[in-house]
Amino acid sequence: MQPMAAGAAQEIAARDFSRVVESHRPQIFRFLLASLRDVDLAETLTQECFLKAHRNWSRFRGDSSAMTWLMRIAINLQKDHWRNRRLQFWRNTRANAVDSDEAGDWLASGERTAEQQMLAREQVAQVWKVVGRMSDRQRTVFLLRYVDEQELREIAQATGLSEGTVKAHLSRALGKVRAELRGKR
Amino acid sequence: MSWNDRLAGENDPEVKQALRNFKASVESWSEAAMRRPSVSARVAAKVAPRGWRVAAGWALGCAVAAASVAGALYERQHKQEMARMAAAQAAAQKAAQEKLAVGQLSARETDQDLLAAVDNDISRAVPAAMEPLAQMMDSGQADDNGTKQ
Repeated sequence: MQPMAAGAAQEIAARDFSRVVESHRPQIFRFLLASLRDVDLAETLTQECFLKAHRNWSRFRGDSSAMTWLMRIAINLQKDHWRNRRLQFWRNTRANAVDSDEAGDWLASGERTAEQQMLAREQVAQVWKVVGRMSDRQRTVFLLRYVDEQELREIAQATGLSEGTVKAHLSRALGKVRAELRGKR
Repeated sequence: MSWNDRLAGENDPEVKQALRNFKASVESWSEAAMRRPSVSARVAAKVAPRGWRVAAGWALGCAVAAASVAGALYERQHKQEMARMAAAQAAAQKAAQEKLAVGQLSARETDQDLLAAVDNDISRAVPAAMEPLAQMMDSGQADDNGTKQ
């Protein structure tokens, strides 16, 4: 009876994990894509993130949500990647990755007028510019908040920072965005 | 946006709009990127024709190598055959020459034997009446020889 029970538990765990992958993959990929601005790299790290998660799935105790746990893995992978490559990402990535102009081109047209679309594109380019000048930590916090729409508590859990530090990073980041938008007028 | 804990700067309409556009832009980009074939599929697609070419190259190379080896083997075998034929021909010629020489020698021996037999027959064909004279001639010759000595 013991092996059967273990087998059934494994099967349930595998099914659970498949569901987690299915529901959280787009979000993890989106975060990595925004952080790295390289589609291939984001794809690779997303796969690596889920591989790592799968290996440690049995140890996941559910203290935080699966999303927060996965995001923490993704943030660490991203950090490791740049640390290993010893690159100043935002300085060097332009040569071999997607240009920020291209990233800014992805804008849902919706029902906007051409003028509104142009304005929106300009705003997106300005935000990308500010994001490019942020530190790794500030950028991560910024993207988790304004792309993934996470609560401060979740961001703090995923990054390992205190909520106060997260708030401080976001306030500074918002200040930069505002300054960039005002300065362009 | 559905945050419970809004920050002061997030209420600025312009900033709010810019952040909304930024989010929409990243989402569109991400969705488009996710729709395209995965890296592994693209790599496989890129590698496949190259792999086919490599396989064809290898096959062609192997065929050329096999043909070269077969040609070399055939050439070697042909040469060996030719050498064997030449050796056999030489041996046959030599054997023929030897046979001829042996034949000539035996013919010569036969001739000599015949002559000797004729001489013998002739010498024996002295008439009986002349036999004493012949004996005398023989003994006379012997005496002459003895005298001379």
